[in-house]
Amino acid sequence: MVFRADLHVHTVLSPCGDLDMSPAKIVEVAARRGIDILGITDHNSTRHVPLICKLAWEVGIFVLMGAEVTTREEVHCLVFFEDLEKLSAFQEYLDRYLPEIPNDPKYFGHQVVVDELENIVDTENRLLISGLDQSLDQVRQQVYSLGGLFIPAHIDRMRFSLTSQLGFVPKGFAADAFEISRNNTPEQMKQKFPWIASASFIRGSDAHTLDDIGESLTLLEMERRSFDEVCKALHGIDNRSNRIAS
Amino acid sequence: MTVKEVTEKLGLKVLSGANGLSRKVTGGYVSDLLSDVMGNADADQIWITLQTHKNVLAIASLKDLAGVILVSDNRPEPDTEAQSNEEEIPILGTSLPTFEISGKLYEMLKK
Repeated sequence: MVFRADLHVHTVLSPCGDLDMSPAKIVEVAARRGIDILGITDHNSTRHVPLICKLAWEVGIFVLMGAEVTTREEVHCLVFFEDLEKLSAFQEYLDRYLPEIPNDPKYFGHQVVVDELENIVDTENRLLISGLDQSLDQVRQQVYSLGGLFIPAHIDRMRFSLTSQLGFVPKGFAADAFEISRNNTPEQMKQKFPWIASASFIRGSDAHTLDDIGESLTLLEMERRSFDEVCKALHGIDNRSNRIAS
Repeated sequence: MTVKEVTEKLGLKVLSGANGLSRKVTGGYVSDLLSDVMGNADADQIWITLQTHKNVLAIASLKDLAGVILVSDNRPEPDTEAQSNEEEIPILGTSLPTFEISGKLYEMLKK
């Protein structure tokens, strides 16, 4: 079966996330647009994931539980975990290494956790778009020690990406896939960085507003929707495969 | 001026790549965006940055830079250090922040 996945979606918890991006509304819009798999990736936080999982499950959407991490080099990376236990272990890691820089909602936007009725139940006071006090390699190591997926985000963009911060995709750089924006095709990336020619490429919407959800999709061909199957599809093994939707 | 002279005059620590201390220095470049350094730095410049990733050395080598100064007590990552020794491009350390070390280097090199 081919599943339609948007693997890069922010919520209202991200300071840049629109105030309409509540778990309930995100799930409602995703369902309306026929999305099968949602990757929830707030900046440096996983705190909206459990509620979105619950709401999404009720309407038959599978949630890939994760975050968009900012490393010390200010490279954005999508990371995903198999279950809530591993996700919560990763949240502890985020809490340990996120700098104590307060968020000023006036400049950056609000960072709130809401319940299913959109009541604010918590506010994150530390600025979530800061870089963790951990290098790219350390973040990847932590993700892999929890059996997670590690995907450098929008590697072709000239801000907060492998190419903007580090000049180019490091030779021999291991990742489960690389995310690219709509400005480039996997072929163009492979030509530019031949050492990742055998890698997988995904494209997520990087949704910050409800309108963005599903604007870019990755198609995952696999048996059923599970974390394990997504891993296989991203690595193209056991007849599972992935491709960017045109 | 050589990297060795710069190191001595600015009181820098040689963190790796000591075999390259005789490289010649003609100027400096300051940036933490490696894509910018790749596009705009010139050969024989000393590069001042806080980035410690291995790509720092790859770009220093590609651009034939004289050396790298890591500011604010930053240390190279192990594979960055290894490549610096291999390529004989020195990595120098200072506890000063970028603004101050850049000012000192500029004063020394301007003429």
